Amino acid sequence: MTKRANIGGAAALLCVALAVAAPAAAQQPIDGKAVFEKWCAPCHGDGPGKPGTNALQALYKGAKPALLEKRTDLPPDLTKQFVRTGVSVMPFFRKTEISDAELDALAKYLAHK
Amino acid sequence: MALPEGVTQATFDRALREFEKAVGSRWVFTSDADVALYRDAYSPFQGEPEERVASAAVAPYTVEEVQAVVRAANTHRIPLYTISTGKNLGYGGSAPNLSGSVVLDLKRMNRILEVSERNASALVEPGVSYFDFYRYIQEHKLNVWMDCPDPGWGSLIGNALDHGGGYTMTTFRNHFDAHCGMEVVLANGELLRTGMGAVPNAKTWQQYKFGAGPWIDGLFSQSNFGVVTKMGFWLMPQPDAYLTGTVSVPKHQDLVPLVDILNYLENSGIVNGMPQLGSPLLGGFFSPIGTELRDMLARNAPTEELEAYAKRKGTGYWSCTVKFYGPARSIQANWEYCQEKFAAIPGATFENGETYKFPLSAAEIEDITRNQAAGSRSATLPEFGIPSLTMFSIGARTETNPNPSAGHMWFSPIIPRSAEAIFEANRVFAEASKQLDVPLNAVGFSLPTTYWNRAFIFLFGLPVTKDPATNKKNRAKFEQIVKICAEHGWAEYRTPPAFQEAVMDTYSFNDHALRRFHETLKDAVDPNGILSAGRYGIWPKHLRKV
Repeated sequence: MTKRANIGGAAALLCVALAVAAPAAAQQPIDGKAVFEKWCAPCHGDGPGKPGTNALQALYKGAKPALLEKRTDLPPDLTKQFVRTGVSVMPFFRKTEISDAELDALAKYLAHK
Repeated sequence: MALPEGVTQATFDRALREFEKAVGSRWVFTSDADVALYRDAYSPFQGEPEERVASAAVAPYTVEEVQAVVRAANTHRIPLYTISTGKNLGYGGSAPNLSGSVVLDLKRMNRILEVSERNASALVEPGVSYFDFYRYIQEHKLNVWMDCPDPGWGSLIGNALDHGGGYTMTTFRNHFDAHCGMEVVLANGELLRTGMGAVPNAKTWQQYKFGAGPWIDGLFSQSNFGVVTKMGFWLMPQPDAYLTGTVSVPKHQDLVPLVDILNYLENSGIVNGMPQLGSPLLGGFFSPIGTELRDMLARNAPTEELEAYAKRKGTGYWSCTVKFYGPARSIQANWEYCQEKFAAIPGATFENGETYKFPLSAAEIEDITRNQAAGSRSATLPEFGIPSLTMFSIGARTETNPNPSAGHMWFSPIIPRSAEAIFEANRVFAEASKQLDVPLNAVGFSLPTTYWNRAFIFLFGLPVTKDPATNKKNRAKFEQIVKICAEHGWAEYRTPPAFQEAVMDTYSFNDHALRRFHETLKDAVDPNGILSAGRYGIWPKHLRKV
């Protein structure tokens, strides 16, 4: 069995068109939780082996939740600042990784928690 | 915005306009804030004028866009620096070797073009990360694994091109070895396919590596002769089961036959997972030691005393965990055969380890993750082709490390696969630690971290701090260690841009014949020197030191 990704041939052309049509793409709602799952959860998720969650546990010692998704004090600008400047061994993320629109959605998602 | 050296503002502006025409203005980054995202987050130069920084970045989405960007750069003599996912942290991240380069960011090219379960192979673009690929395999319920390194956010292509490695079967652990076929954009914008890919309508691009004639794939790794836009990989069919077993031996000198027997078992294909040498007595990368032992080592206690201590405590002096993938019955038989071989060492004892059947359950994956996070010596996620960032706790803030570092740089020499070499390396590293005051085996004992077919890799993370003066000192120490290693006939397999020239300087046989050959090639295939100038010490003619 050979499986081919959906993005190939004509589908790839369609994606080029979508990518170039930035304003239209920007109007589509982006799921902030999905951005979190993809880009943040490997370090800041729940469960064992999450260096970001462990680091925040060590920093706050329970005074604040170690899980970012449990925090209620994360204004959007703060999330954006950490994503674009990094902290300690957490690197910053480029716009080809997390676009401005995705970062907006992520920051809103974490702010509304 | 910093201009590339020797390029006028007018020329640079013209080139940027052509880049915008090629990829769309949204994907050409020129503002200070955007360009700052291309710094090396772990740069050992942070806060210093010598930090290598980009002038701009351009992010194509298709091969045709890459060709257009490269052609424009070639026309206007603009230096480009190619990255895949840009997450080669500890080895340079997304920053160029040459300040002022325009980063050619291939992250958007993230298509998984083909995964063949029947051929156990894949064809991907540079922006595909190990996380992306694992997700794809899971979603499509494919019975194949992709060998992955510790951090899952890296690029399959980028990691293989930088000679990265993983943890599954021997055949797949060396990621460059496991590749099959490439597509490359050359400095003049021309498109090249290697191996069987050079045959129009090739049916075997991911099936046979070499094609006919010279096999040139190696030229595009750790180099700057082209921009790799596609690469094929061989995948590991999901095995039936996994098994580990540990042998412990009582005497210091037992390490000699232990390594030799291990080599035989691995080179014969009987042990097919990545082994792990350890010393329950002496500690090392994975086993910190207690205070009593620390004191004994600090006063250079004689070997007999250490052996007696090991006997008293009931621990071996050395241990070796061997790992197997395959049918449950076969790998059990292989482990029994290993025990017969290791039993040649008087006093050898054996312990059955872990067993897993595949696919793993969610609960098993969570247990493995928990053990890995706790730093136990049991199986880790990458041994099952599961990417994560768990190992990224190195240097991060934890209960026991309240002051996190600002990054790290890896010192990673290749050491021969013998106990004699391990003993010598430890003597040399201990002396260098003392002399230079760096944390290489200051107390305890270093054992290999990575196991290639015929070589060991030792791995030491040197901290990057926020203090330029400290970083400057650490850089000088790093270069000293590189030299000390070279004096003993060892050299590094991979290094951050800050040290690529120093490392390549050690590959100096016959008055740097290798470097001169690289330079001859560079002049031939990239005469304007636009591609990743300085990568692994290969500079274009106009930037070469005379």
